Amino acid sequence: MADEPTAAATVTIRNRLGLHARPATAFAQIAQKHSSRVFIVGPSGEEVDGKSIMEILMLGATQGAELVIRARGGDARHAVDELARLVEDGFGED
Amino acid sequence: MNLCEIISEKAVITRLDSAQRDDVVVELVGALISAGAAAESMREELVEAALERERRGSTGFGRGVAVPHIKHASAKKITAAVGLSQTGVDFNALDKQPVYSVILLLSPANRPEEHLQAMEVIFKSLSNETFRRFLRQATTVGEVMTLLHERDTQQLT
Repeated sequence: MADEPTAAATVTIRNRLGLHARPATAFAQIAQKHSSRVFIVGPSGEEVDGKSIMEILMLGATQGAELVIRARGGDARHAVDELARLVEDGFGED
Repeated sequence: MNLCEIISEKAVITRLDSAQRDDVVVELVGALISAGAAAESMREELVEAALERERRGSTGFGRGVAVPHIKHASAKKITAAVGLSQTGVDFNALDKQPVYSVILLLSPANRPEEHLQAMEVIFKSLSNETFRRFLRQATTVGEVMTLLHERDTQQLT
């Protein structure tokens, strides 16, 4: 729907191990809590479903990679804010 | 990096003996050792590392596949074993469904970029429905290797 709220944020992978399986799981689980559709755009422009661990792992995003988190739906802003914080905090890793 | 470089032909098991997660991990670590990808003396440590990882969150990510993985200092290069189950394995998968194809990935501990690249290659393949179906249906090592090669050379769509 054209008039659905959208939100987006550019984030950088901070943690040394990158967007590996456990961070991908955490991301997908938080995304799944929101009703909005969530997408991640990878460094080479590919877009994946932010609620799918498999698709997130397809990004192969290493430390320093820039990603765009996009959401569309009623809680889009809230979803993007929470997910951006998760990424920028390095998923709680070093 | 492509599937044929990651997956060792000598570590492909087309009929897993067990339907239990822990025993399947034991079988696949054994396959990696038989293939020369890990030392016999590391057997128990590698099994425990994979199971410890599973206890922190299942790598059964849904759609009938699981990708247990180990990062270990003793690993010299990325190598994966493949195990197929006709009956399905209880992997405590996120979608609660049985797992029919297991890819156990062993990565060197200090090279996170390579690990991520291997996961990228594996998941780009596993997200392909045709690839998943053919992998599950394969009955010989030759069929599995042909499928991996076809995927690597973009013959599967």
